[in-house]
Amino acid sequence: MSYYNEMYEGSRVREPYARLSQWVETMPADFRQMKQAEAEALFRRIGITFAVYGEGGDPDRLIPFDMMPRVFEQSEWRKLERGIKQRARALNAFLRDVYGRAEIVRAGRIPARLVYQNDAYEKAVVGVVPPRGVYSHIIGIDLVRTSKDEFFVLEDNCRTPSGVSYMLENREIMMRMFPGLFRGNRIEPVDQYPDLLRRTLESVAPAKCNDRPTCVVLTPGHFNSAYYEHSFLANLMGVELVEGADLFVDGEFVFMRTTQGPKRVDVIYRRIDDPFLDPLCFRPDSMLGVPGLMDVYRSGGVSICSAPGAGVADDKAIYTFVPEMVRFYLGEEPMLQNVQTWTLWKDDDYRYVMENLPDLVVKEVHGSGGYGMLVGPKSTKEEIEIFRKKIEADPGNYIAQPTLALSTCPTFVAEGLAPRHVDLRPYCLCGDRIELVPGGLTRVALREGSLVVNSSQGGGVKDTWVLSE
Amino acid sequence: MLSRTAANLFWMGRHLERADTAARLLDVGQRITLLPNTASGYQNEWNSLLQASGTASLFADKYGEISQENIEEFIFFDRDNPSSVMSCIERARESGRIVRTALTSQVWDALNMAYQDLRRIQKMPRDKIDTAALTDVTTSHTSTVRGAINATQLRNDGWHFMNLGYGLERADATARLLDVKYYVLLPRIEFVGSGLDTYQWQVILRALSAHRAYHWAYGGDITAGRVADFLILNGESPRSLITSLYEAVWNLEGLAKRYGETVPTNARDKAREVLSRLQAHDIDMVFDEGLHEFLTWFIGEIGTISTLVHEDYLLGGS
Repeated sequence: MSYYNEMYEGSRVREPYARLSQWVETMPADFRQMKQAEAEALFRRIGITFAVYGEGGDPDRLIPFDMMPRVFEQSEWRKLERGIKQRARALNAFLRDVYGRAEIVRAGRIPARLVYQNDAYEKAVVGVVPPRGVYSHIIGIDLVRTSKDEFFVLEDNCRTPSGVSYMLENREIMMRMFPGLFRGNRIEPVDQYPDLLRRTLESVAPAKCNDRPTCVVLTPGHFNSAYYEHSFLANLMGVELVEGADLFVDGEFVFMRTTQGPKRVDVIYRRIDDPFLDPLCFRPDSMLGVPGLMDVYRSGGVSICSAPGAGVADDKAIYTFVPEMVRFYLGEEPMLQNVQTWTLWKDDDYRYVMENLPDLVVKEVHGSGGYGMLVGPKSTKEEIEIFRKKIEADPGNYIAQPTLALSTCPTFVAEGLAPRHVDLRPYCLCGDRIELVPGGLTRVALREGSLVVNSSQGGGVKDTWVLSE
Repeated sequence: MLSRTAANLFWMGRHLERADTAARLLDVGQRITLLPNTASGYQNEWNSLLQASGTASLFADKYGEISQENIEEFIFFDRDNPSSVMSCIERARESGRIVRTALTSQVWDALNMAYQDLRRIQKMPRDKIDTAALTDVTTSHTSTVRGAINATQLRNDGWHFMNLGYGLERADATARLLDVKYYVLLPRIEFVGSGLDTYQWQVILRALSAHRAYHWAYGGDITAGRVADFLILNGESPRSLITSLYEAVWNLEGLAKRYGETVPTNARDKAREVLSRLQAHDIDMVFDEGLHEFLTWFIGEIGTISTLVHEDYLLGGS
């Protein structure tokens, strides 16, 4: 299979990378190693680490940072931006619809079963319309590229997509280490993200809030692997970082416990999952949430971002219908394409997939983090047969996609630069407006030939540049 | 400020000061064992010190035999001992990590470096580490953190909670060290005023980094009365009971002023009262009352103030 190399066309350097190529070629090897060590020391000092579940070992592991940036031209970015915004509008329209009259189901465009029997569908919020009708306020859309003009959406993340702190810190560290690079290139800034996020949160304050809204970030606590990101965002937005035990419900509002007594909270940017939000409404054994929170939410006393139930829009079975949503709600043709997907609960698809397992990527419908998936071309016969048994046991739990020729971007390895596969996650903010900062998180599969970019599977990150006109 | 944030800052201060105390305790013990003239030998002194820190039975259960290595391991590295240097630094760092957003990067750096450095030392073979170096490393790191706090933190309510933690812990620690010396260390009443007595006082002063300061302040010989005066009532002495408590009161006044009348001030009122009773004492009155009895009263009052701090600020008014 041949892969689109984002920097080189044969031996010719593509336009956006012209200056970078010079930078790399004139960089002495020992200087590069020194800078790499400096970058790691910076990351460790500011405390950006990432705990990987079930791995044991160092709880303060660093995500590998690659100093070679990934670059987009302004025109490339514009196209992506339009497609992402379109998709974000459609996803929120879908959520509004399925917690209301569900026209899209009535119209027969999406099977009722996939919506109402979905684990992420929250009956507790049927009929509740959040402020401005927005359910998902931060949407992370994972994109891969296969050629100059072809981008595909791999998945949507409508609940609480993580990783935006890496986007910001990668840039911060690159600017600190190589200021010259930024003077020589015209690179669109991303550091306005926290301000935009705060504005987005404030714009969806509940109707009962008649003062400047008090926003908080709700974290499961400092043992969570993304805790650094939670505290980082709270800090940059200048809002409190709270745990469930810091909040309590009194009457029709939510309050936080402060040294000066109770203080009312209007908007909660939560980084805990639905089932843990409120032990009185969801899982009774949850210690992370706030008893009574959902009652306050339903009566319009507090906004929760993303809204409970938003997850029904981003699972892998619903994913196949997003282009349909764009047509149904917006009356437009989707600008971003889905990856062709076979759903194994359909007989025809099932037969096709089982006959072609060695060529396909198979994923669990509810899986994430690169766990529980089969990459056919990279697997041994035994691995494929083991996976086949798992599929046979529960076909409805799987989808399959062709193995995409993911683009590569030059990446520093021991011997110098080498192509490695990358994806891209931009973060789209939805409040009174829909906006995104020019850039996103580029994840890179550091192992040669690997197509799995997840940090839990040995992936790294890169700074992502959008060049201005 | 969130109550939980305030609580973490308060306990960060306390644990840093407590780590400092543990390191100094090790130093005291070490120096006292260098003087071989008590009846039952050095084991007795170590045991007294462990009693003073309230960890004697924990030590006996885990190690049994008193030896230099065991004691060092226990007071310095042992995570099962909640008062060990390692435990305290780890907990201070954990508190700091939870409230990262309330700390400047300089403070976090210093705190994190203290922790990383101790972890490094912990992995070294024990025969490559000497006790004095352990104490030095600890006090040097805790001073760096303290310095970073003073130089870079906003003078807001968080600052008051941190320093309140420091102040109360320091008052408590000095009182306990004094009590060990007076009540526990000296084997029998006939030893008062003996060479051993004077030597032990010297060690206490050294442990509090106050040896030279004492001479500057009083000149001349070391006597029980003067050392006690220096460590209890002298407002110039940085670790004296009166200075530590004064700082605690100052921080509580700061909070009361900042928060206004809607927030209770029971801790402030109590601390004021204890301070004024301290100010009404001279050292003869302390000895007439009995030093041990006086210190017991004082340690109890510090405990009460700490409880009131929790009630006033750290429960969040619910």
